[in-house]
Amino acid sequence: MAEYRDPAMRRRFVTPEGVDLGLTLATAGDRAAAFMVDAAIIIGSLVLFTIGLAIVGAWFGGATGRFAIIIWLLGFFVARNGYFILFEMGARAATPGKRRAGLRVVARNGGRLTGDAVIARNLMREIEVFLPLSFLGYQAGEGLADTATTLFGLCWSGLFLFFPLLNKDRLRIGDLLAGTWVVRAPKTELTLDLIGQGAARRGPHYIFTDAQLDAYGVLELQTLEDVIRQSDWTTMQQVAETIRTKIGWTGPAGDVDFLQAYYQALRLRLERGLLFGRRRMDKHDRR
Amino acid sequence: MNARLPVSAGDPVATARRFRDAHEGDWRRLEHLLAIAEQRSLKALDDDELMALPVLYRQALSSLSVARETSLDRALVEYLESLCARAYFFLYGVRTSAGTRLAQFFLHDWPAAIRALWPETIAALLLTLAGMVAAYVLVAHDSTWFYSIIPADLASGRDPTASAAQLRDTLYGGGGQDGLSIFATFLFTHNAQVAILAFALGFAFGVPSALLLVYNGCMMGAFFALFVPHGLGVALGGWLAIHGTTEMLAIILSGAAGLRIGRAIAFPGQRSRLRAASDAGKGSATAMAGVVVMLMVAGLLEGIGRQRIDADAIRYMIGGAMLLLWLAYFYAPRKAGRHG
Repeated sequence: MAEYRDPAMRRRFVTPEGVDLGLTLATAGDRAAAFMVDAAIIIGSLVLFTIGLAIVGAWFGGATGRFAIIIWLLGFFVARNGYFILFEMGARAATPGKRRAGLRVVARNGGRLTGDAVIARNLMREIEVFLPLSFLGYQAGEGLADTATTLFGLCWSGLFLFFPLLNKDRLRIGDLLAGTWVVRAPKTELTLDLIGQGAARRGPHYIFTDAQLDAYGVLELQTLEDVIRQSDWTTMQQVAETIRTKIGWTGPAGDVDFLQAYYQALRLRLERGLLFGRRRMDKHDRR
Repeated sequence: MNARLPVSAGDPVATARRFRDAHEGDWRRLEHLLAIAEQRSLKALDDDELMALPVLYRQALSSLSVARETSLDRALVEYLESLCARAYFFLYGVRTSAGTRLAQFFLHDWPAAIRALWPETIAALLLTLAGMVAAYVLVAHDSTWFYSIIPADLASGRDPTASAAQLRDTLYGGGGQDGLSIFATFLFTHNAQVAILAFALGFAFGVPSALLLVYNGCMMGAFFALFVPHGLGVALGGWLAIHGTTEMLAIILSGAAGLRIGRAIAFPGQRSRLRAASDAGKGSATAMAGVVVMLMVAGLLEGIGRQRIDADAIRYMIGGAMLLLWLAYFYAPRKAGRHG
């Protein structure tokens, strides 16, 4: 969650209507997790597929058996090369793994994501993932995996594996070649506005002076929003205590009520500032 | 700053609430339509809903702009950002049907991508020929070279110790064998994987792609050097030609696609290196999708044709016809005027 809001991961992405959608790049962790899910799906279905066809082949034998082998070879080929391409060409531009992680593939230039870009980014996977894997597997299978070849294989995969960490846009070699990005596109629910919550229960005891509200800016306000929304009891207590000390609060305590009241008062004051064209970024912002 | 503004004029509580009350219905409707369209397809929406989508999208965009300027409710801004992004990707996504796209690919995109690769195709052809000649000369002079060029499992008895009769047997009379179709399928998937590799390795300035092409030529040259002294050169040519013209062309084209990428990265010209690489990558990827189709055809020809048809003349005819067909398909001048 913290990294999701990391401003370093935000990129300008201006629609033809001239609004910056402010997309957030997927983190390396997100993408690794998505890939693991996809790999598990591919391997799992290949295993089931193999078992199924082996049963069919053994049962019928002869021509049907040969047919089963052909289907298996083609199925393996499609799973290896087609899985990513077909899913990323779909309406969601994401494989099941990416969808689960809330990611999607996007053309870097803001245009359409085209089929050739999807093909390009996924054929490169061949040298990023499958080549070193099959190379190592082959060597190990032949009993030839001496230290040097293993080391070479590991360096090779390492180079491609960590490539996304070595550039600021988290590009894989395939992304680089295809002109694509992987961004976070989570489905966000519209939640209740915190303004107005709990006001009736609280009564009129929580009145803050302007000086007390001037202690914080937008950054702190939004951190406070997170704290209230997550409603973790210990954190709320600590935060309430910190704010009370900072602003010299002498009124009633009542952590939840206090935090909600302070959030509302602070937000109203800062939003009024916005109407006059003044955005106070954080507590150090004194103009 | 102590003076309170009157509640009605620009009071943030009232503004925020009015804003949300006024637009929330539209946001929800857009969200609902997107969910249907993403889960199923555009066809699940009726005409009114289709017409409403772009309008709702633009409203959501302007809501986002307003919210960013006037509201500090981060949950609201994030919701609108995610909603607008989803709508944007949907509205500006690819929406032609699979059938139209396939037709477009075969009628226009693929031949165009291949034609664009012509300088690299010539280079790839020359590299292959160079490999062939070099291996032929080497093996003809010293037959031990054969073993360092051809892996033992691929040679399967076709090596310098074999007699003319043994070699002749490998070229003819394969008909009626079981498992030929399996063999053809295996060759297709194997060759397609090699072709994809030749493409992907182009990333390293094209060097590995070039090496793969030379090596591919070497293998053919070595075989010819083995068969020609026994007077079987023409026969081997026919045996290779029936599927080989398609397969070799496919491998040369995939090597060319790899070389194009390598060239773009090494010499980006006026564009940025990244831009050049991604332009080359996309064009070459289209060519590669077609190369896989070609290899499928080659696999079919090999599995069905090569082992059943024994006459040299017919083998050459089929191989030659396939080559002409491909060349005509890729390079024949066609009517201009297709846009898109």
